[in-house]
Amino acid sequence: MSLDLAAIRRDFPILDQQVNGHPLVYLDNAASSQKPNQVIDAISDYYRQDNANVHRGVHRLSQRATDAYESARDKVRGFVNAKSDKEIIFVRGATEAVNLVAQSFVRPMLAKGDDVLISHMEHHANIVPWQMLCEQTGANLKVIPMTTKGELDLSGLNELLNERTKIMAIGHVSNALGTINPVKDMIAQAHAKGIPVLVDGAQAVPHMAVDVQDLDCDFYVFSGHKMFAPTGIGALYGKQDLLETMPPWQGGGDMILSVSFAHTQYNELPYKFEAGTPHIAGAIGLAAAIDYMHTIGIAKIAQHEHDLLVAATARLEALDGIRIIGTAEHKASVLSFMIEGVHPHDVGTIFDQQGVAIRTGHHCAQPVMQFFGIPATARASFAFYNTFEEIDALVDAIKKVQELFA
Amino acid sequence: MSAGDLRDLYQQVIMDHNKKPRNFREMSDANHLAHGNNPLCGDALVVYLKLNGDVIEDVSFQGSGCAISVASASLMTEALKGKTSAEADALYDLVHKQMTGEEVDTSALGKLEVLSGVKEFPARVKCATLSWHTIHAAMDSDHDISVTTE
Repeated sequence: MSLDLAAIRRDFPILDQQVNGHPLVYLDNAASSQKPNQVIDAISDYYRQDNANVHRGVHRLSQRATDAYESARDKVRGFVNAKSDKEIIFVRGATEAVNLVAQSFVRPMLAKGDDVLISHMEHHANIVPWQMLCEQTGANLKVIPMTTKGELDLSGLNELLNERTKIMAIGHVSNALGTINPVKDMIAQAHAKGIPVLVDGAQAVPHMAVDVQDLDCDFYVFSGHKMFAPTGIGALYGKQDLLETMPPWQGGGDMILSVSFAHTQYNELPYKFEAGTPHIAGAIGLAAAIDYMHTIGIAKIAQHEHDLLVAATARLEALDGIRIIGTAEHKASVLSFMIEGVHPHDVGTIFDQQGVAIRTGHHCAQPVMQFFGIPATARASFAFYNTFEEIDALVDAIKKVQELFA
Repeated sequence: MSAGDLRDLYQQVIMDHNKKPRNFREMSDANHLAHGNNPLCGDALVVYLKLNGDVIEDVSFQGSGCAISVASASLMTEALKGKTSAEADALYDLVHKQMTGEEVDTSALGKLEVLSGVKEFPARVKCATLSWHTIHAAMDSDHDISVTTE
């Protein structure tokens, strides 16, 4: 069964517009996805009908807001198949979640000379928090290398995972290359040596079903805005026994049971990690996005996006002067490329004039760019609402660039 | 906007200077030098400068970037050779005004008028001004200095 794209696209009002005299072709989904009416309505309904602070008031609105916020947490729990709602911490996004784990879980056990292991294809969000941690503690940042296809080179993983390694933090799917990493096997390898693992799932959750119990990861982080939910909301999954041992990350309201100037008693999970009034509307929007994805069917989403990727890759390979960056066996619907003799920034401007929105730049993954010896790439990234006609528009826009720069 | 406007941005002179940038070389006897970076798009260039008193005796650059930043740097080196630093600043002021849509006396701009197309593309103004910011920093400093557009 294929998707009813016409019906799906009607759910995304933003897609129905002209840009520079052309129908908008939105192929920048890996940067941020668009939001369906179901999500937009859930947020505005919340503000129109239920808005109040959570976990505080005895009044009706506060109870409704609390119920909605907590049922959103349970929705997220189900989405990644966590065991308990206590394992789901709402955060601003994947970046904040990585910082939380770095500072609250890893920092207390990290000593000078220890290792933090990441990979060469990480987003800056899964590099910089660890680099900061290493500077704070004198630990070393170690990097799993990458092949020219854009796959992790795991031949030396066994040596990289050693008695000094205190955490491995790896991306599930590369935002710059689209590579789907074999995280389940890597986690098993790390666990065999007692090393905990964080998985950055920001680019995975929009495209595939994720089961944290099956992966057996210790932490899994993702952002809402890349999976059809609002910006400013995301989730940290952590195994309950680990979260229990971790000190709070930020202090404030909601994360406490009692406060006196002599002593503060911290709240239980998950509230211990949610200082301050949370992004209630964001959590409700995230739950609506999860419902929406389930209504369409995650398997169908994955299939359609795979078909788009295969088709677009074939079309680009058939063109002269195109170099695809990232040719891994297993890829999500991300297509990074170079047009010979043209800087990606010029490509982006010319595409925009055709109404085609892509990302051009280093994609917050400068080590990946350095590896391939390029300053930047042009990147088309597909969501389930994209059509095969939009691949035609992508190819036409490339031809336009080549014509102009001939 | 139509493809016609793209031709305003990517004029023949710009395409030519992008393909064959002028004064694109290291300068071993430079007495001023600065690095310019546009972290947003990865443009990175070095501007070399030989100042004789207040006069720009020689100027060159190296680096990589989009067509707009490379062409702008190339055109800049041609325009500034033999000028005083005050004249260079005055010319940059004109170039910048032109790119942000202000009325300027185009006769004073000479060939630099081809950069006027940038005004329709606000996201690209930083590309076109990177080399100018960099040379400004180089003139003001007697040691290696870095500037970014962010």
